[in-house]
Amino acid sequence: MKNRVALTGNEAVAQAMRQINPDVVAAYPITPSTEVVQMFSSFVNNGKVDTEFVTVESEHSAMSATMGASAAGARAMTCTSSQGLAYMFEVVYVAASMRLPIVFPVANRALSAPINIHCDHSDAMGIKQSGVIQLFSENAQEAYDNMIQAIRIAEHPDVLLPVSVNYDGFITSHALDVLEILDDDTVKEFIGEYHPQEALLNVNEQLSMGNFDMYDYYFEHKYQQVAAMENAKRVIEEVGKEYAKISGRTYGLIEAYKLDDADMAIVVMNSAAGSAKGVCDELRAKGLKVGVLKPRAFRPFPHEAIVDALKGVKAVAVLDRAETFSTLGGPMFADVRTALYDLKADIKVVNYVYGLGGRDLRLEDVEQVYNDLGDIIKTGKVDKFVRYLGLRE
Amino acid sequence: MATLKELAQVNERFVGGHRLCAGCGHGISVRMVLNALDNDEHVVVGCATGCLEVASTIYPYTAWNCSFIHNAFENAGATISGVEAAYKSLKKQGKIKEDIKFVAFGGDGGTYDIGLQSLSGAMERGHNMVYVCLDNGAYMNTGIQRSSATPLGADTTTSPAGTVVPGKQQPRKDLAAVMAAHNIPYVAQTAISSWQDVHKKAKKAFEVDGPAFINILSPCPRGWRYNTPDIVELVKIAVETRFWPLFEVENGKWKLNKKPKKYVPIEEFLKPQGRFRHLFAPGNEHIIKRIQEEVDQRWLALLERCGEKPELPPR
Repeated sequence: MKNRVALTGNEAVAQAMRQINPDVVAAYPITPSTEVVQMFSSFVNNGKVDTEFVTVESEHSAMSATMGASAAGARAMTCTSSQGLAYMFEVVYVAASMRLPIVFPVANRALSAPINIHCDHSDAMGIKQSGVIQLFSENAQEAYDNMIQAIRIAEHPDVLLPVSVNYDGFITSHALDVLEILDDDTVKEFIGEYHPQEALLNVNEQLSMGNFDMYDYYFEHKYQQVAAMENAKRVIEEVGKEYAKISGRTYGLIEAYKLDDADMAIVVMNSAAGSAKGVCDELRAKGLKVGVLKPRAFRPFPHEAIVDALKGVKAVAVLDRAETFSTLGGPMFADVRTALYDLKADIKVVNYVYGLGGRDLRLEDVEQVYNDLGDIIKTGKVDKFVRYLGLRE
Repeated sequence: MATLKELAQVNERFVGGHRLCAGCGHGISVRMVLNALDNDEHVVVGCATGCLEVASTIYPYTAWNCSFIHNAFENAGATISGVEAAYKSLKKQGKIKEDIKFVAFGGDGGTYDIGLQSLSGAMERGHNMVYVCLDNGAYMNTGIQRSSATPLGADTTTSPAGTVVPGKQQPRKDLAAVMAAHNIPYVAQTAISSWQDVHKKAKKAFEVDGPAFINILSPCPRGWRYNTPDIVELVKIAVETRFWPLFEVENGKWKLNKKPKKYVPIEEFLKPQGRFRHLFAPGNEHIIKRIQEEVDQRWLALLERCGEKPELPPR
C-alpha cells in the first residue's frame, strides 16, 4: 500500500528512518538537517522505534559513536550538514575504510567562511574521495526513496560501505512536497533484518577492528575498497530495479532526460535538475534538441553510464554547486570531462558554477546555458570553459 | 580480593607478542585492569591511537585476547559509547543474551587533550563503560611532545630544556578532578606500584552501573629516561612524594587511599629521570621549589576534598 502525503524533505527522511528502525542513531543538531534529529528523537521517546538514541556532543562523536555501534553489530545511522560533515571528515574516511554499512542523510549546505546556512554542495564534495557512496536526490520523494535503498546498498555483502543520501538544504529539506511513502511493513520486508558478517558483540568470536596496517597490507586494503565501489555500481542498479517493484519508481545510477536525440545536455545534480528539466521541456516545445543528465550516484562515479548517455550530443554543460579553487572548474566538471575524453568525439564540455551559498538558480539562467551551448555548436568555439551563473561580476 | 596466585591463573586478555618497549607501563597497566574481570566475563576493548594501539595490533596480528576496536586518536570515548549503545539496543530487543563489559584505553594525549570532549560527552551521557587513561605525561608515540599532562619543568621535544626556557612552564591538568566534576559513579587515580590498588579500583569501575574513569600513572622509558628495571620503584616514589596520590571518588565522595608516613621531597621523584636532569643545574633551583609548592598545594586541597585534616606529612 502506498500513501500520498505532503511532507518536507526532512520529514520524508525522518519517516524513512522511522521505518528503517535502526538499532542506534547518534546525531547532533545542525541547520538544515536539525529537524531530522528532532523528529527522530520524538519517535524514540514516544516508542515508535526500538532505537538507542545517542545525543552526542559533536558531529565527530556522532560518526564515531555510529561507527562503534555499527562495528558492534547494530544497524546504525547518523545525519548532518555542512560544518558538521566537515567536522566528521576524519572519521568518515575511517568508517568507509572499516567497511561499516552506515547510512547517513546529508542536507547539503555551504561551508564557512563566510558563515552561510543555505544550500550548496561544498559539504558533500569535501568527502568525495573518502570511500563513501554518495547518492543525490532531486526532491523529497527521491530523498525518501534513496534512504530506503541505501540500507540495501550499504549492507550488500559485495559492497559494505557507508552511504550518504544528499538532498538540498532548505530547497528540499524545508519545502513541502507531495510524495508517496511506502507502508511500514513493505519497508521492513524490503530492507530485511540485519545480520552482520562480523560483530564486536558476537561473544563466540574475537574481532579486531581498526588495526595498525603497514606497507605490506595497506595498499591491498585500499584496493579492496575500490573493488567494493566498483561492485556498488551493479548493486545500486539491482536494488533500484527491485525497489521499482514495491514503489513503481525505477532508479539507476543516472537519470537520462530526453537525451536520446539531444544535441545539447546539461549535467546537474539534486534540486537544480528539476529546474533544468522544466526549461528543457519548454525548449523542446520550441523544437530545440535539448536534454538533462542527472547523476544519482556521484560516488561511485557512473562514468560508463554517463558516456553512454552523452555519446550522441555535441555540447555539454556541467553545472557544479561547489568550487574546487583549482581554477579548472567544479568537481563534477572534472569527472564528466575525464569520462568523455576517451570518446574522441569532439564533444564540447563546459562548466558553470552556480548557486553557491543558496543563490537561486533561475530558469533564465538555465535557458542561458542552453543558449550558450547553441552558440558553441554553431561556432565550434568555446571562449571560456568555466563560467559563473548568476554571479555579479 | 583475589590473591596474586589466583591472579596468575586468570585468562589473560592482553598477551605477549606485542611490541611495547621493555619497561613500558602500558602493558602492565592494561593487564592489571583487565585481570579484574572474571574468566567468564565478556569484554569489548576500545583504544585511542597511540603506543598501545600501534604496538598491539599490527595487522595481521593482535595481542588482544578479546574483541577490540580502534577508531582514531580523539574518539575512543565516543566509539566505545557507540558499542555500548548497540549492546543496550540489541539486549533490549532480545538479540543478545550475554552480559558484556566495555572499556576504552587512551594515553594522556588522547585523553587530557584531543580526546577530552569525546570522553566528557561519553561520561555525561552515562554509558555503562570504563575509561582508563594511561598517563605517561607526554605524546610519547609521536616522539615525546608535551601534553597538558606533562609535569611542570619536564624536558620534552616541544618544551625542550633551553637556555631561556627550561622545560615545560605549566603544571599538569588535574584530569581526575575534571572527571569527578562530571558526577559519574566512580573516578579513581591509581598506580602499578600497588597491584591491589589497581585491581580493587578496576573491579569497582567494571561493577558500577554507569560510567567510570581511572587514571593510571604509566611510565615511559623513552620519555622519562629512567633505568627500565626500576619502573615499579619509580611509580612507588611518585606516590610517596605525593606527585601521584592514590584516591577514589565514589558517587561524589572523595577518599584518600594512601597517606605517606613521612614527607618525601619531590627531588626523589625527579632525580632518577632524564627529563628533569636540567632542573638540577645551578640556577634552576627555583623550578624544583615551584614543583614542590605545586605538589604540596594540591595535596592539601585533596586532603580537604577527602574530609581529612589538610596537613603535610611529618618531615
